[in-house]
Amino acid sequence: MRSGLFLLICLIVGGGVFAAALALGNDYYFFAGYVVLQYVVLATAWNILGGYCGYVNFGSAAFFALGAYSTVAIHRLTPLPIPILVAIGGIVSGFVGFGMGYLTLRLRGAFFAIATLALAVVLETLIVNWDFVGGSRGAYIVRPETIAPFGSYIKYLFMIMMLLAVGSVTIARLIERSRLGYGFATIRDDELAAEASGVPTLRLKLIATTISGALMGCAGAPFPYYIGYLQPSSAFGLDYAVNSIAMPLIGGTTSWVGPLIGAILLGSLQQIATVTISSAVNLLIVGFLLVGFVIVAPNGIIGLVHKYLQHRPDDMVGRRRVSTDAPEVAP
Amino acid sequence: MTGLLEVDNLGKRFGGFVALESISLSVRAGERIGLIGPNGSGKSTLVNCICGTLRNEAGSVNFDGHLLNGATAHQRTRRGLARTFQLPRPFASLSVADNLRIPLLYTVAARGGSHRSAKDLEARCIDLLREVGLDNKANRLPRELTQVEMRKLELARAMAAEPKLLIADESMAGLTHSEVEEILTLLKRLNEHGVTIILIEHIMRAVMSFSQRLVVLVSGRKIADGDPDTVVRDPEVERAYLGQ
Repeated sequence: MRSGLFLLICLIVGGGVFAAALALGNDYYFFAGYVVLQYVVLATAWNILGGYCGYVNFGSAAFFALGAYSTVAIHRLTPLPIPILVAIGGIVSGFVGFGMGYLTLRLRGAFFAIATLALAVVLETLIVNWDFVGGSRGAYIVRPETIAPFGSYIKYLFMIMMLLAVGSVTIARLIERSRLGYGFATIRDDELAAEASGVPTLRLKLIATTISGALMGCAGAPFPYYIGYLQPSSAFGLDYAVNSIAMPLIGGTTSWVGPLIGAILLGSLQQIATVTISSAVNLLIVGFLLVGFVIVAPNGIIGLVHKYLQHRPDDMVGRRRVSTDAPEVAP
Repeated sequence: MTGLLEVDNLGKRFGGFVALESISLSVRAGERIGLIGPNGSGKSTLVNCICGTLRNEAGSVNFDGHLLNGATAHQRTRRGLARTFQLPRPFASLSVADNLRIPLLYTVAARGGSHRSAKDLEARCIDLLREVGLDNKANRLPRELTQVEMRKLELARAMAAEPKLLIADESMAGLTHSEVEEILTLLKRLNEHGVTIILIEHIMRAVMSFSQRLVVLVSGRKIADGDPDTVVRDPEVERAYLGQ
């Protein structure tokens, strides 16, 4: 399926979800849906570096928070429309992603993961001590009650996050099926062999960190308007770091579908738990599911589906099978 | 006459251990060279320095008129220097055909090669797989291949980069007699198509039947370089292999 058609279908599905939430006639669905969609963006963004390239990023919260704090900083200077703030958040986080990549991508495995975690700690410390954006006290962003033609502001935020989710999934799918996607897969499989095949691994890793960081920043930019009061502990929350890793792992990391399924499943479960039990059990749910999937289905839901259908991974993620004259040998 | 590959006084240390000491080697276009030496003699280190996996601390590597010192491994591959690995290193998550797609996408295309469209790429992958007898496994994953098929995939992937020089690092290790013959036939056919080949191997029968010239490394030093029949009778080579 061509990317244009895919995007159109995603937009239609997104419009359908919006219409369904409208039909339910309760703004709570928009609040809950916003969070789920936000996780779709975060999980998809994490997967571009973590799933496609095999570089585990523990610093997702830092990129998300950078987007959020870019909005706070700009809002204090001059309030701008949210789509522009999203673009600025993306640029800032993409730039930091590039810098992080440049400094850390010679590290591999656990060392890279620890370096990304350190980045989050350093950035949080900087924000805590930066009075202009509220420092440790936090910052208030008073959102308007209504906005035309959506009515309530949360519907507008929901629509923005829906467009971001559609955009990030389309980007991930586009990457997966491109020359870049093949290059990312070789980095995940064997960097030495990738270099020996002509793949410029360092450049590709920088591209991955930049795209991944930028998308996370985009997801964070509308957050201050959603939450109303932004403090470092909420922007740099453990939830973001853990969920953006757990969701692709539970869904499956080798394809764009995995993070989408993982985010919808886990995000929805957490929203249900928040209203029925307590938000305090959210991470517990993630923990249990993660342990369960690591034991039962290490390749996530997508892996389970493939196993069930006896399909090869490339069938579903769009890697084209080649046709040869030779009779295919059974495995 | 300047060779295709000119290694001049190459030196490499790992801490206090001298892995390569002033190695010089000239390889002419179209040659078939055997590189032998006992375990730990520095053969793979030399290959790694030539291919850019390791950085040499002394000396220089010139390939096809270009000084390669400082060039990354992928830049060297794009210049026409391909290699296989001692232990096959396929891209595990990609199909056999897609393993060949990578050098076509990143090396041949970067050189401005003609295999641009998806259809062209696919046809070229199948041609290469047919050459090595893996066309019936094009859609399989590497883990489903046998040892000899894995070696063939490794060779096919190197061939996909359309190299001027191929360094085959122990491509026959662990193979049976007939499988060794299969790989040798492949390498000879490749050489007939104009690819210069350096074969690193412990199987002397294969090395002797393949090589036009034999280079011997011992303890990081080159101790012999010349006609294979003469080199294997060299007393210093005999000492290195059989002891005093």
